[in-house]
Amino acid sequence: MHTDERLINVSSAEPLVGPGYSYAKVTETVAAPILTVPTPRGWFITFGVAFLLVMVFLAAVTYLFMRGVGIWGVNIPIGWGFAIVNFVWWIGIGHAGTLISAILLLLHQHWRNAINRFAEAMTLFAVACAGMFPILHLGRPWVFYWLFPVPNTMGVWPQFRSPLIWDVFAVSTYATISFLYWYVGLIPDLASMRDKAKSVLVRRIYGILAMGWRGASRHWHRYETVYLLLAGLATPLVVSVHSVVSFDFSVGIVPGWHSTIFPPYFVAGAIYSGFAMVLTLAIPVRKMYHLETLITKRHLDYMAKVMLATGLIVAYGYLMESFYAWYSGNPYERFMMMNRQFGPYGFVYWLLILCNIALPQLLWIPKVRANTLYLFVISIIVNIGMWLERFVIVVTSLHRDFLPSSWGMYYPTIWDWATFLGTIGVFLALMFLFVRLLPMISIFEIRQLLPVPGRNGSKAH
Amino acid sequence: MAEFGSPDELLKATQQASAAGYTRVEAYSPLPVEGIAETLGFRTLLPLVVLIAGICGAVFGFGMQYWISAIDYPMNIGGRPLNSWPSFIPVTFECTVLFAGVTAVIALIISNKLPQPYHPVFNVPRFSVASDDRFFLTIESTDPQFDLTKVKSFLQGLQPAGVFEVEE
Repeated sequence: MHTDERLINVSSAEPLVGPGYSYAKVTETVAAPILTVPTPRGWFITFGVAFLLVMVFLAAVTYLFMRGVGIWGVNIPIGWGFAIVNFVWWIGIGHAGTLISAILLLLHQHWRNAINRFAEAMTLFAVACAGMFPILHLGRPWVFYWLFPVPNTMGVWPQFRSPLIWDVFAVSTYATISFLYWYVGLIPDLASMRDKAKSVLVRRIYGILAMGWRGASRHWHRYETVYLLLAGLATPLVVSVHSVVSFDFSVGIVPGWHSTIFPPYFVAGAIYSGFAMVLTLAIPVRKMYHLETLITKRHLDYMAKVMLATGLIVAYGYLMESFYAWYSGNPYERFMMMNRQFGPYGFVYWLLILCNIALPQLLWIPKVRANTLYLFVISIIVNIGMWLERFVIVVTSLHRDFLPSSWGMYYPTIWDWATFLGTIGVFLALMFLFVRLLPMISIFEIRQLLPVPGRNGSKAH
Repeated sequence: MAEFGSPDELLKATQQASAAGYTRVEAYSPLPVEGIAETLGFRTLLPLVVLIAGICGAVFGFGMQYWISAIDYPMNIGGRPLNSWPSFIPVTFECTVLFAGVTAVIALIISNKLPQPYHPVFNVPRFSVASDDRFFLTIESTDPQFDLTKVKSFLQGLQPAGVFEVEE
């Protein structure tokens, strides 16, 4: 946000913005995919596949509304199943967007300027996907508003001692604030789009969305104030959201859930999976739209390093879980851990260790971080690993608890898979529509990284 | 209205206009330029508004839970006190952030007088690059010292890339 001399001292070989960029060139480059350049074929293919999956989602949800949650594999004892696995997975993915846009802003990490818009959109759509699962899992999704404290003729209120209601507040607040933050960030760029657009209709649409923004200095001053305040609010919010999600588990007394390490380890896991998803999306999009000079290898390298660091925190979490199961001396905890690693779902656990801990260690090697193909593959592996983690936590803890007579197994049905793949389609479809219709890179924030025209000596701001 | 090519020139011009005694001065730029708002003596009360909204959110969040759980719908859950305040913290916190964040954005839009479908500056065709790569300074006709010819020659003296008259 502010002139920062430290930027000059970053001695990395590659600059944050490629050579030859002026203010106008940035506008041009970012606006081109939307206004002038024909949509690349890759866009149509990806969007087409995503759209098919959206249809799968609609079919799965329609059938669910007709028949109820019995079409899923959930049962007693495993009442949560895929719905909660997917919920936690999606919301975790969303967290990287807030981390990039808010926390890195407060920490003056200017490299975020190239990827924050993209990551914020990802947050928004991931939270939308996440929010659907608890609602679909309700059994009677059409009365979902009973989750909120709505005055009603029955005279009943939600139970505020339960983490499940905390979740309702945390996730809905998170969705609201993420949307506002994203929109506020878009306003100046929407004005740029308005002034760039040739067609009257397009100009009108962006004009309405930009609300008449004209870049007045007093407006900018208020704008920067609010932008910083929102970042300051979003930072503790994002930590609270995944902590509350982890409370859904750790407040319960089920062995494998009842643990104080859950909040920090969940937050780290969320950022881990979120950065993986940013890489999964950014690598193909930057190639498709030739944005290699704005989202540089240096950005990818930084993201890979954040993944490596958060991945190690997650590894520490797994280690501590095992250690405490043993050290507590609690027979149920010990059994749970043995069962998790060597029971009927043992292979999932070891697959998770492979995906989340073993393979990502390749990121220590600079050559791997510099190779977009390797990075892309590793990011997908981490996405899968983080999904497996939630599966392990939800299913292996529930399926064999205290009483052997109440043990059971969980097998996902085709409808479980259809709903899950369907939300991936919803997410990708929204993401690609966003890339097509709105500036995917924050124009005005990239301008701040450029050398000031007419000023000599200072290279980067 | 005068056009400039860089944020530094705009800042300098704003300082000169301010020093010349003009008060109804506004600068337009495609990116925030540090120092201009300070030059114009502009301060904002937004942080205070957001703080108050946050406090209101906290009071509302806790108050709602207290009223529901201890007064309107008291339930004994495992012998816990009706006012189980530690359990009420997460929702109180979320309400704080929600109120503060929503208020911040609404206050930003209102205090910037947006949405504003019409503004005279857009009557200058050249102004369409104000959101791209050019910088503009206006001295408005409501300024007590305003005199069209004098303002024009003053703006010319700032060595701008161009001077334009803004139609109402």
